[in-house]
Amino acid sequence: MKLNDEEQAMLDGRRGEACRMALALLVRYGEALGAERFVDVVNIAGVPASANKFVKEYFRPYYQSGRDEYDVIFSLYDLDGEAVAEVPRIAGNACHLQGGIDPENWETLGATPESLQLSEASEAYAREHGVRILKTCTPYLAGNIPRRGEHCAWMESSAVVYCNSVLGARTNTEGRESTSAAMLTGKIPDFGLHRDENRFGTHLIQVEVEVADIMDWGMLGYFAGDRVQEHVPVLTGRIGNADLLRHKHFGAAAASSGGVELYHMVGITPEADTLETAFGQRRTQEIFRYGPGERRQTWEMLNANGRSTEVDFVMLGCPHYTLEQIEEVVAMLGDRRISGNCRLWIFTSRAVRAIADGKGYTEAIRRAGGVLLTDTCSAIGQAIPPGARVAALDSAKQTHYLPAFMGIEAWFGSTRDCINAALSGRWNASPP
Amino acid sequence: MSVTHNARMITLHGRKVVGGRAEGEALVTRQTISGWGGVNAMDGRIIETRHELRGQSFKDKVLVFRGAKGSSGWSAVFHNARLAGAAPRAMIFNEMTTKIALGAVVARVPSVTDLDQDPLEAIETGDWVKVDGDRGVVEVIKRRA
Repeated sequence: MKLNDEEQAMLDGRRGEACRMALALLVRYGEALGAERFVDVVNIAGVPASANKFVKEYFRPYYQSGRDEYDVIFSLYDLDGEAVAEVPRIAGNACHLQGGIDPENWETLGATPESLQLSEASEAYAREHGVRILKTCTPYLAGNIPRRGEHCAWMESSAVVYCNSVLGARTNTEGRESTSAAMLTGKIPDFGLHRDENRFGTHLIQVEVEVADIMDWGMLGYFAGDRVQEHVPVLTGRIGNADLLRHKHFGAAAASSGGVELYHMVGITPEADTLETAFGQRRTQEIFRYGPGERRQTWEMLNANGRSTEVDFVMLGCPHYTLEQIEEVVAMLGDRRISGNCRLWIFTSRAVRAIADGKGYTEAIRRAGGVLLTDTCSAIGQAIPPGARVAALDSAKQTHYLPAFMGIEAWFGSTRDCINAALSGRWNASPP
Repeated sequence: MSVTHNARMITLHGRKVVGGRAEGEALVTRQTISGWGGVNAMDGRIIETRHELRGQSFKDKVLVFRGAKGSSGWSAVFHNARLAGAAPRAMIFNEMTTKIALGAVVARVPSVTDLDQDPLEAIETGDWVKVDGDRGVVEVIKRRA
């Protein structure tokens, strides 16, 4: 890694011990990548100083009176440092992504007062250090929208793919440690998607069936990720209705079945005015067709964990629901109540929840027997209702992760399929 | 006829990702690995539903794999595995990404990539593998001659 004067000063400790450890970690990381320099970043999305019980207990030997326990966690875990340093205030535009607990509905999630206290203490620490507490996997729906071409350092694979593909900003999929280090230094290795030459398409996907709702877009994303893995798919064909919502579900799915961090949709996304601009000087490695057969296959892959049709848990909001999606669910529920054998959990950001409260949607969902939750989701929070065995989900990403984490069965379908399941307690959806 | 006498050794040359030396039995997969949602950090077991290594642990093994996929929690899972004593002894992989680089750094295990032979072809599960991270050298003692 070639360091400029500013970076060398940090590494020499002239901006304090925490900053020195942060840059040292970024140098180790940059060398591992084979990067040669850093880029400057101010827009950083991470999970600084968050601690679960395991991490909190692990560092217990370092807690001493008069020393902030979260300085210990930040120094030794976030920065993977060798000593505990006092952590300075963070200067840039740093935000905190999703956490593990809804501070209001923590009991619904089955959390303990102890884990609530842990979550609130790390949140307070991050806030006092200048981090914006958005507590969502959709920072772009909570006011954090970088400009096109801006270098960022974001975590959360579904936000990363949105940031690159839809906003045209530039970030790799960063991790807990690299984002925390970037918050102190304003640096991230110049690698991967920060560089022009890596932003061109690699594979072509021709969409030959209609992709209408978020279920369709989730399946298309799941298919794309499975086929191209961590490469850059370029989509053409029947994709004309792609909007914020559909991008959200497409990207999250593609980043789950594969490692897609950037995609292009010709005539839609900012770096793909034409097929030629999308591919640049790169040649298409492979062409995939997404027709009725591929759609059916993807549906079967996603529903491989469904056996019993007795649904006892419906979870919506992966990635966090938009206001429009909450509105849609409230309209679908109408005046009806969900089945007594089923729970309905809908997850969103604090920002969207505040608007939903004002609109009366939170109350409408409660009246129907469901609950609107914030900050987390079932997979992140590893929380399902007690005794839940069979889930219904409208998110391909959540369907990918939840059965692995919680050992439950899951059905994947449309939002309407899921609401019908919540109302009847039964899964009654047919393949597309 | 002893096993040693029969043993065939292959040497691969690549690039340092993380320095240090370690050796152990290989656990090989041609599939990419998800960290968060794909691995239980407490015991190093693969938990991803359709993964070919599902149920097997990389703890104390030399993990040989195609690369990383999935959530940005990848590094934290391998970081936690280190704290829990469940990290692999070394990592050898084909595809460099930010997830895998950061994960290898915070797992603090010798790691190499960009090898002159495909490690997924040259190494089989059960082979004895020595990794010299600093020199980027991998020595494979084949279990089967």
